[in-house]
This record gives sequence, C-alpha cells and structure tokens, in this order.
Amino acid sequence: MHALVFIKQVPDASQVRVNYETGTLIREGVPAILNPFEVHAVEEAVKIRQKFGGKVTILTMGPPQAADALKECLSRGADKGYLLSDRIFAGSDTLATSYALYEGAKKIIELEGEVDFFFAGKQAIDGDTAQTGPGIATRFNVPLVTYLIKLDEINLEEKYVIATRLTEFGQETLKVPIPVFFTVEESLNTLSHSPLPWLIKAAQSKIEILSGENVDLDKNQCGLKNSPTIVKKAFTPEKKQRGATLTGTFDEVVNQAAEKVAPFLNDAL
Amino acid sequence: MIDLIKKDPDISHYKDIWVFVEQTDGKAEHVSFELLTKARELASQRNCHVAAVSVGESVSHLAEDVFKYGAEKFYIIEDEVLKDYRTEPYRDAVSELVVKYKPEIFLIGATTQGRDLSGTVATVLRTGLTADTTKQDIDPETGFLWMTRPTFGGSLMATIFCPKHRPQMSTVRPGVFKAIPLDTQTNGEIIKEKIDFSEEDIVKKILKKVISSEGNVNLGFFDVIVSGGKGIGNKENFNMLRELADLLGGTWAGSRKAVELGYIPQTRQVGQTGQTVHPKLYIACGISGAIQHLVGMQTSEIIIAINTDKDAPIFNVSTYCIVEDALKFVPKLIEQLKSMQSIRRAL
Ligand SMILES: Cc1cc2nc3c(=O)[nH]c(=O)nc-3n(C[C@H](O)[C@H](O)[C@H](O)COP(=O)(O)OP(=O)(O)OC[C@H]3O[C@@H](n4cnc5c(N)ncnc54)[C@H](O)[C@@H]3O)c2cc1C
Repeated sequence: MHALVFIKQVPDASQVRVNYETGTLIREGVPAILNPFEVHAVEEAVKIRQKFGGKVTILTMGPPQAADALKECLSRGADKGYLLSDRIFAGSDTLATSYALYEGAKKIIELEGEVDFFFAGKQAIDGDTAQTGPGIATRFNVPLVTYLIKLDEINLEEKYVIATRLTEFGQETLKVPIPVFFTVEESLNTLSHSPLPWLIKAAQSKIEILSGENVDLDKNQCGLKNSPTIVKKAFTPEKKQRGATLTGTFDEVVNQAAEKVAPFLNDAL
Repeated sequence: MIDLIKKDPDISHYKDIWVFVEQTDGKAEHVSFELLTKARELASQRNCHVAAVSVGESVSHLAEDVFKYGAEKFYIIEDEVLKDYRTEPYRDAVSELVVKYKPEIFLIGATTQGRDLSGTVATVLRTGLTADTTKQDIDPETGFLWMTRPTFGGSLMATIFCPKHRPQMSTVRPGVFKAIPLDTQTNGEIIKEKIDFSEEDIVKKILKKVISSEGNVNLGFFDVIVSGGKGIGNKENFNMLRELADLLGGTWAGSRKAVELGYIPQTRQVGQTGQTVHPKLYIACGISGAIQHLVGMQTSEIIIAINTDKDAPIFNVSTYCIVEDALKFVPKLIEQLKSMQSIRRAL
C-alpha cells in the first residue's frame, strides 16, 4: 500500500491581521501551520498503513520553510517527505499549482512506486479554493472523492474502497476502484498522539528537496506568468461596526429581541 | 474521459454567458436562478446572450424556469448514466458542451456539487477558475469579468480576472445574488446533445444515499441559524436553541468548542474548519466570537449575540448586542415569541 498525501503550509489565518490604512495583511509574526484538513489526511493515511503495511509519502510545494510542515507529517507517522521548491513555481494559481504537484507526484511514483491512495485536505484555510486536489486527480485521471468523512472498507486484493462523503443533502457511499483521490473533512477521524519513536524518527529524518530541474516540467505551465487567473487588486473589506446594545430591564430586552426576530416567525404550523 | 485540452490560442470566438443549472433528482438548485439573474445584468453590460446548461437523467422540464430567469438557450444532455451526480461523467458531459459551444463566461453555484465539478472541469479546459466569488463586474474597457472573493477567511478581498483563457469560470456562493424572474415570459431554445460513454465506462458506483439526517445538514440552506457555544453548558440545553430555531423556521448550529464538548455533531460546526454561512439572521448564544468562528458567519445579514461578557468579540460584528445569560434569556424569548405567534393566529 502506498499513500501519497498532498499538504500545504499556510499562515494561521486566525492570527493574520489587516492594516486598514494600507489595505494589506500584516503577516509578520504570524505562525505557519500545517493546513488543518491535511492533518486529518495524514492521520488517515497512517491509519491505513498501520492496518495494511506499506508506506505514506508526503508532497508539498512551497518555500524552504515548508519543510517544517513536512516534518510535522513525519512526526504524525508519515514515512518520507518531499518538498517541491523552485522559483519557477512562484505566483502559481490553482491550475499552475495542480500542474506542478502533478509533475512532482509523477516523480515520486518513479522513485517510490505506484500510488494507491492520494489524499489532500478539502481546502486550504488561506485560499479556501478547494481546487488543487480535484485538479491533480483530473490530471492523473483517477476517480475523485471529495468531502470524505469515512472509509468504510478497503480491499487491496480486489482493489476497491467503499467511502462515504458529504453531499449537499446528507451523505453518499461510493464504491471506487484503487487508485483513488480523496479530499478530506475534519470529521474523518480524531487525531491520535504520536508515539515517541515517531517523534524521534521525524527529528532525525531529512526532507527530500525536488527542484524544477528534478521533475519533467513544461515551463510554459508554471508560475505567475503562466497562471490563467491574475489578481487585479486586493483590498480590505469594510470594517464592521459594533451594533446597538439592547438595554432596559430583562423583560424589556426580551421584548426588544422578540420584535427584532418576529419577522422570521414560522407561521406554517 | 476527454483529454485535457490544449490552451486555445484564439479566444475571440468565445461568446455569451453560461450558467450551470444544478439539479438533484430533477429539482433545480435555487442558486442557479440567482446566477441567471446576475448573468442577465452582466450580459447587458457585455452586450451578449445568456444561456443555461444542465446535465442529468431528465432535465428538459427545467426549461420553463430557466427561460423565466433569463436564459435564451438551454443546452442539455439527458442520459440515465447522469442520473445521480458523479464527478467524472458530469465533468465529461459539461466539458464537451463547453468545448463545442465556447461560452466566454461560465458561472457555477459554489455548492458541494458545484465546487466538486468546477475544479475538475476547469482543469480539463485548462482555464482559470475563481472560487466563491461574492461580486462580479464587467470591465467596461476590456470586457473582462472581474471576480471578487474573500481570502484569508474574509480578512482580505481579492479581485481576480482571467485575461487569456476561456471560458472565464467562477463559482458563486448561494444567497449572494437575488433571483428575479423576467416580467414577461419568453421562450428560449433547447439544444440537446449526447454523451459518448455508458455506465460500463464509469468506475465509480453509488451504493447508498442518505438524505440529511439531523447531524448532516447544509447550513447554507437556511435563512435563520441559531448557534450555540461553550456558554450553553451542556447538550440538553441545546434543545432550547433547537426550539428557537424551529420557531423561526431555521436550523441550529454551533462553535467548534460546542463540537469538542460533544454538544453538537461536527457537521453542524460553523467557522473556518466547519461551514461558512450567510443567513438573513444569525443568533449566537454563548459564543465568544473567535476569529475562526467569525469568518464562517460574519457576512450574515443580521447578527444577534447573547453573551454574559459585554466585551466578547462576537459583539464587534453584531447588529444587536444582548448582554445576558443565554440560558435564562432564550427560554423567555421563546415564551414571548410563542405568545406573539398565538396572537397572530388568533387575529
Ligand atoms: C485551526 C483552528 C480552526 C478552528 N476552527 C474553528 C471553527 O471552524 N469554528 C469555531 O467556532 N471555532 C474554531 N476554532 C476554535 C476557536 O478558536 C474558538 O476556540 C472557539 O470558536 C470558541 O468556541 P466558543 O465561543 O463556543 O467558546 P469560548 O471561547 O469558550 O466562549 C464561550 C462564551 O460563552 C460566554 N458564556 C458563558 N456562559 C454564558 C451564558 N450562560 N450565557 C451567555 N454567554 C455565556 C462566555 O462569555 C464566552 O464568551 C478553531 C481553532 C483553530 C486553532
């Protein structure tokens, strides 16, 4: 069994502040974290390995610091981390990113062997686009299962999985052949604590760096210049003002609140 | 599957605005009509036509509504293989239509299905896709579509465009635009196409579909959400929030702490790692208003917060601030609303 998990290191969006004067993000001192959905993707891949044997490989694209996020994955039980890092990728939009990661993943398949399970988070908390995973799955032409909440059955002999995903109206359970690409929800699993040997191993392992030279790239599909979407401008949304505090005696406040919500009262009973 | 197409070097023959009409069991999603309404406005600025596109087992009966909301053409593929939404056959069917008819702009609802579909279709078409846009304009000079979307959990807005690739694709969250039918009923043209694959070609099979049990719910559907946090104290106390939600024709939800404490299932979590909602009314009870919660609900039209701490950050985004004990306040509010309701009925 070989699982390949795509991860992203993201600024902790909760600690990003906005400078309302300049209309820019204040990123200084904002810690970089492993995208929370991908923590669960790694957890699931490691769970599968514990049950069936095999290995879990991690791939990310980013600057050299992104190695920290890979280390975190190793401490959560992954076997090997690859960092695809090159200036040529700078400024990539989702289409160019999924292209780069696809080529990176092809290289990993060459080095580490065929992949049964591709994993990614359902979206990254900085961009929130939810496009990169589906983009890579499309390029590999493997079936895509987004919003994964449960792996009901894995059958490696007959090469299929039964998986449950969230839909607009509830959930659906699918039977899908391996290889398959999952993007995962947080509710897929609860995180376990890493045993000490994993932590020690992670601290000692080294991250494999792939540059643009190491992978088979069509340079005309990489980076800012070759991204179809262009950011025209960025600006800060209007700052919300604190609204009115309802005042008076307890009963008066109840009455005021009731008046505010009364237009929504359900008369269909 | 159809091959990833090469970037089309000549984009001048791409015309008109398409809206994907999402349907489940033959019933159209409301967001599709919201997008058709917006497409009309964009089309009048761009001086072009509006068309709708839908694929499924049977979709031609949607034509009447589709034309009512302003589409002049309705491109459809009907095949039993397309009965239930599955990524790959829907991708291939929709991509075929786009490749054949070349729309300049293609809008899709940012629902679970629309997000699943748009990412894979854009990859096949090798074009740009802007997700979850909240504002769309045509640049009067270039005619390009300007798409504005929140990033970094709503801390920053970005306006994005796609100058050299077609179609210009974007998804739009439900509820962002209003759906307004045309004053006069006009008839459009239905254009039917076929797919060249069958069930044997599709490797993914649906074994079971479960419709919204109480845990799994798309919070985005509701006009009113009554939400609770750690301040609600225990699972039983959530019953009063459910009762209030019922009274207001809405649903209930909560913060991540409410999930962690076992008060509510994760599928009802609002926020950065839960669902993003923008109802007409959001009532936050015993929720402090951590940034990860705020990014999931701060675009709600009216926000009412009930919190014992007058400095709770939730008040900074609230329309009405109530500094009270939610456990005492909510039952009284329910009582008051019930008596208003019976007076209304009596009259
Ligand atoms: C990566 C990451 C992702 C996260 N994602 C999310 C997310 O998606 N959604 C989310 O909600 N959080 C998320 N969080 C957690 C978030 O930071 C907060 O911890 C959480 O939102 C707090 O929940 P709370 O408001 O219920 O609890 P608290 O912050 O503990 O607040 C409880 C509030 O209840 C008030 N209170 C107490 N008793 C009463 C009473 N009787 N009546 C009225 N008020 C009362 C208190 O004054 C207080 O303001 C995330 C955190 C991280 C690090």
